[in-house]
Amino acid sequence: MATAATKVKFREPQIEMSHGAGGKASRRLVEGLFAPLFFGSSPGPLGDAAHVQINGTKIAMTTDSFVVKPLRFPGGSIGELAINGTVNDLAVSGARAEAIVVTFVLEAGLPTEILEAEVRAMADAAEKAGVRIAGGDTKVVEHGKADGMYVTTTGIGRLLSGVEISPQSVQLGDKVLLSGPIGDHGITILLARGDLDLEADLRSDTRSVFPLVQALVREAGTGVRWMRDPTRGGVATSLNELARDCGLGIVLFEEKIPVRDSVRGACELLGLDPLHIANEGQFLAVVSSEHAESLLGALHATPGGGEATVIGEVREQPDSAVLVTTLYGGSRLVDMLVGDPLPRIC
Amino acid sequence: MKFVDEFRAPELIGKAGEEIRKLADPNRHYRIMEVCGGHTHAIYRFGLKDLLPANVELIHGPGCPVCVLPMGRIDDGLSLAAQPDFIFAAFGDMMRVPGTQGSPLEYKARGMDVRIVYSPADALKLARNNPEKHVMFFAIGFETTAPSTALTLVRAKVEGLNNFSVFCNHVTIIPAIRAILDSPDMRLDGFVGPGHVSTVIGCRPYDWIAKDERKPVVVSGFEPLDILQSIVMLLRQLRRGEAKVENQYKRVVPWEGNRAALRAMAEVFELRPYFEWRGLGFISQSALKIRESYGTWDAEQRFTVPGIRVTDPKAAQCGEVLKGVLKPAQCKLFGRECTPEQPVGALMVSSEGSCAAYYNYEHRKPITIANAATR
Amino acid sequence: MCLAIPGKIVAIDSQNTHLATVDVVGVRRKVDLGLLQDAPPVPGDWVLIHVGFAMSKISESEAADQMETLTMLGEAAAAMEEVRGYGLENEAEDYPPQRWKQ
Repeated sequence: MATAATKVKFREPQIEMSHGAGGKASRRLVEGLFAPLFFGSSPGPLGDAAHVQINGTKIAMTTDSFVVKPLRFPGGSIGELAINGTVNDLAVSGARAEAIVVTFVLEAGLPTEILEAEVRAMADAAEKAGVRIAGGDTKVVEHGKADGMYVTTTGIGRLLSGVEISPQSVQLGDKVLLSGPIGDHGITILLARGDLDLEADLRSDTRSVFPLVQALVREAGTGVRWMRDPTRGGVATSLNELARDCGLGIVLFEEKIPVRDSVRGACELLGLDPLHIANEGQFLAVVSSEHAESLLGALHATPGGGEATVIGEVREQPDSAVLVTTLYGGSRLVDMLVGDPLPRIC
Repeated sequence: MKFVDEFRAPELIGKAGEEIRKLADPNRHYRIMEVCGGHTHAIYRFGLKDLLPANVELIHGPGCPVCVLPMGRIDDGLSLAAQPDFIFAAFGDMMRVPGTQGSPLEYKARGMDVRIVYSPADALKLARNNPEKHVMFFAIGFETTAPSTALTLVRAKVEGLNNFSVFCNHVTIIPAIRAILDSPDMRLDGFVGPGHVSTVIGCRPYDWIAKDERKPVVVSGFEPLDILQSIVMLLRQLRRGEAKVENQYKRVVPWEGNRAALRAMAEVFELRPYFEWRGLGFISQSALKIRESYGTWDAEQRFTVPGIRVTDPKAAQCGEVLKGVLKPAQCKLFGRECTPEQPVGALMVSSEGSCAAYYNYEHRKPITIANAATR
Repeated sequence: MCLAIPGKIVAIDSQNTHLATVDVVGVRRKVDLGLLQDAPPVPGDWVLIHVGFAMSKISESEAADQMETLTMLGEAAAAMEEVRGYGLENEAEDYPPQRWKQ
């Protein structure tokens, strides 16, 4: 419970773009300002969803806002991201999404057909994901604000039995599973903005990962220690958060990390690291080594899980950090992203 | 990826590493400078230092055009663009570089029209598509990039696109290498030469390093096998007491350079009498400015440049790290006041600057990483 | 200043012949060929791309030569040991030995 004595440790005088980017600056804001005042002195590790007890039933709850430019892109749109994103946050906390409420902040002057297209997309995505849209709210702001539209979705879900997600349960020797190729979404958005004049046959990977999570839990829920959907900041940011939370090291095998050719080509051209690029239809799972093979098999047997693979394991060193290793013995640390990934020419 | 994957073949990298270990004389400590920021980045990205014996040391040189740009020039560029109907266009590398009032991205958050471009041609395209605005391209880079800016200015002139200008911060590599070699504290055995700069200037400009300074130079590509092979070639020369310029990057670098690129540069640019390099001070004949014949497209001739000069804090030892005299971790501000998120000095500002690269990739790597890295 | 990637020319722009479409494993971009105007590349050629400009044509034969040299690392050393046994030390320092070159 926050008291008058609860100290805010966030010292920066104003909010900058980096505070919303999902990396180090965001963490400072959350841990230094929100957590002390909202959660009091002992907040515990911050996950994708909150678990709330109501009369003995454990419910998962999460919220997310979507600020995307352009609104539509190959493979999806802001509406789909909004539904799938919240479904996925609940899924990786071990819950089945039951209901979602939607908030729209709309820019005055937004053509109705654009809004209608998004609402349709959201209805379709919700049906596909098996989640009910239960209600929502709308606000309209002046022309020039909201980039067309901002969408926030808040979802509740029922925790699956047989699984307990926690960074503290991660152990030495655990394996890191990745559900499929990385970088598709972030690179699609970057190309869709049009500033870089690159074309590629690429689409956002936005989808609900719940069926895959469910397959894991059904196969061996007790073997699943931790999950996360690597959205903004990519796989590197998610795994760094885990490494810091559990104090252990995550060692990745570079040649095992699946990346589509065109994502790779775009990253090489622009000087980007696929590990830092956002994904909207993938998730990471850290699982016990004894169950790793059967869990991977369960993913492979589920539609959409065919490209799942083991990309690394948990070791003692480098503690609280993520190391990428190569077949020829070279290695490099990979850190959380600070801000959005920027193309470089040097 | 053709012409890329072959040069990342793990077995061959292993062999090259072995060859280096065999060639390195255990009684010698080799200090090899890789001049180009791209090489610094590649060495860290591919973890190549893990493959070298302890007595082969790679020193990072001054070839990072973002790092050597004085803060005052960033302030100048941003203040020029702070006019109504102006678009500030620059490469992604520039976007987080802080001026005294903030970086281009911070100016963008405050309302300036700032665009990231992949090519100077894209900046020209912005001008073409926005005739009611003025597009100012903040140009940086060594001789690899200068010809592209030059050709873009040629095209702007031919097309008569007057709502376009370039704020030119192109610098040249040879004076920077000279400044390093002139430094009394510097002891170097050889150079891994900048492969992409050399596609433009060729290999002849390094002759004086071999002849006068008696240091071998191997012009190198950027894949792991390129860099390792270049080190093999350098060690071979050093063993034989030779000092020659060699071209390892033959599939791309012509010995005589790229005549058309050099012509474009000569058409558009001339050498500034002197230019300030962050960390190295004023160096004569080391930077390019746009000729009067292209004055309409030169932001400095067309607009009044404030000419802001900003001195770096005394405690920042960028100059010594730039010259390879100090290791990044030996600078008193490293990792404390000066981090990639809050850079104080030049070398922390760009991801390929020695300090940023070291911070991001290496300094937290424990010595026991060998165990972590085993498969 | 150094990020440059090999790409294959797939088409020359019919209206602006100094522009070409280049492919990098499925990613395509228009690239300016102006710096290669002395010996313009044609579709099928590989070029080195930096900031949207082609800097140089990539030589397949030089690349193949280099791969051969690299593949022989270690093997040449073993062979050199043998050659040393014949008392031909000076020749052994060449790499690969002149007499092996076709």
